[in-house]
Amino acid sequence: MTQLDFYTLLPVMTLTIWACVLLLVDLFILSERRGLTAILAVVGLLVTMGVSISQMGREATGFNQMIVLDGFSNFLNLLLLLTGLLGIAVAYGYNRRMGIERGEYYPIMLFSLAGMMLMAQASHLIMIFIALELLSIPLYVLAAFAYPRPESEEAGLKYFLLGSFSSGFVLYGIAMTFGATGSLAIPGIVAAIADGTANTSLLLIGAALILVGFGFKVAAAPFHMWTPDVYQGAPTSVTAFMAAGAKAAGFAALLRVFVVAFPTLSDQLTPIISVLAALTMILGNVIAIAQTDIKRMLAYSSIAQAGYMLMAFVAYGNPAVQAVSVASALFYMVAYTITSFGAWGVVIALEKAEGKGLAISDYAGMGKKYPFLAACMTVFMLSLTGLPPTLGLIGKLYLFRAAVEGGFITLAVIGVVTSLLSAFYYLRVVVNMYMKTGDPEVARETWLDFTIGATALLTVVLSVVPAGLFAWASQALFIALK
Amino acid sequence: MLNPWMFVGLFLIVGLLIPVAAIVLSALLAPRKPNPIKLSTYECGMETVGDSWVQFKAQYYVFALVFLIFDVETVFLFPWALALNALPFFAVVEGIVFILILIAGLSFAWRKGMLEWV
Repeated sequence: MTQLDFYTLLPVMTLTIWACVLLLVDLFILSERRGLTAILAVVGLLVTMGVSISQMGREATGFNQMIVLDGFSNFLNLLLLLTGLLGIAVAYGYNRRMGIERGEYYPIMLFSLAGMMLMAQASHLIMIFIALELLSIPLYVLAAFAYPRPESEEAGLKYFLLGSFSSGFVLYGIAMTFGATGSLAIPGIVAAIADGTANTSLLLIGAALILVGFGFKVAAAPFHMWTPDVYQGAPTSVTAFMAAGAKAAGFAALLRVFVVAFPTLSDQLTPIISVLAALTMILGNVIAIAQTDIKRMLAYSSIAQAGYMLMAFVAYGNPAVQAVSVASALFYMVAYTITSFGAWGVVIALEKAEGKGLAISDYAGMGKKYPFLAACMTVFMLSLTGLPPTLGLIGKLYLFRAAVEGGFITLAVIGVVTSLLSAFYYLRVVVNMYMKTGDPEVARETWLDFTIGATALLTVVLSVVPAGLFAWASQALFIALK
Repeated sequence: MLNPWMFVGLFLIVGLLIPVAAIVLSALLAPRKPNPIKLSTYECGMETVGDSWVQFKAQYYVFALVFLIFDVETVFLFPWALALNALPFFAVVEGIVFILILIAGLSFAWRKGMLEWV
């Protein structure tokens, strides 16, 4: 082991050690001063962010090429740390209000984040699996965090059972890949495929199983069944974190494994992935129309967004458009993270104890009573639909462009049509807020308001000047591709 | 019969046939003289008193979890402790880090009052 090994993994290690220490420190924080734990967790995230920023532009491999540090992992680490910060900001007041303020919340969240970051850096299938478990197990606990409430327990159990099931798929896929290539490290797999020693049919089965397992994690149809129930039952602060973080980490692993290790399988896999993408977009958007509960609606919307992200993924084996596809997927992840956190933030502001205040009709009259929140929610809904002047539009533009350049015009058309369809249910929220009368009651919490305002501002401002972010995403390359 | 995998296939078929044969044979040969006591669900033990759907106190699961800390720890630490002289410095530190993480878990459970029986 050398210092370089530790340097490559420094952000994850910082965060893990911080989380362990925080777990112990929290035991000695008085229960009426629980907020301190959240503040300490934020400090830890900021320190880790500093470490990550200092690693910008560096490239290295460590631990016998199990861990890589490259532009891609650095980009995702920063995005995931932002997810963590937003996740704590929305949870801070909500947990207290809902009476689920326990100190473990924040360390568990940091553990999950460490798993997500490890996922972005892993370049070895076993490391990817460990990262998958490290990210999932804390999320199962968090989903059941509103402990005496039966919905939350049900969500936790459901997520646990289906999540373990999907982990089994990933593991089986890893075993098949190992059988086919004799290697678990991604460079070794690439080498085995290049010399022709790999067993192609076994490799194909392995890749397909890995795709299924991660399809569960990122909530792509037809593996999306758990999403609405879990998103609805889990405490909303957890849902917001899960929707953005787990999705980004799942796509990170998928992109790295498929783009780097399995480009030769693209002839067989591209049709499968394009069908998955189309199905996910159609199913998510169509079922969302029928929802009356805002959490369920946003859950189906998150399925639909996974479909759009899969679209970038379809052309992964075509070297001409590979770079632009990865960049647009990363860009869309940023757009989705920012927008969805804002939308969930508004949901959190309106939610009351016992799961009240979650129907879409509860938003009636928001425009008059809370013009600021209503305006922000409008921005988020426009962004999720993909209308100007928001980040969602720019993200979709890049995605559709990547799909068209890769020759998947039908898929791009399906994307556009389903986006149009989605306007129906996103704008229904806006209609409810401005055109119907009602008397909603909102909890004003400083950090929540700040998060909603900041994400709304970012959604609009970044859409006006997206070039810098896209250029950064374009430089986020895999180390092996250079 | 030249394919070595044939044996695996044969083994599977014979392995399936033996229990099937046993069940079929016993169904054919066994005399059938049912009576109410024979058909009742419980054939041994006490008769249940009251409803069998009662709530158990599941506190012992916490002890099982805490036990797991020590259980797994031993498996890893025995070889580590035996080879301590021969190990490079890094591996020694690694073992200590492992112990520290487990101690953190134990002290968390302790402070939370999980080690007391209520």
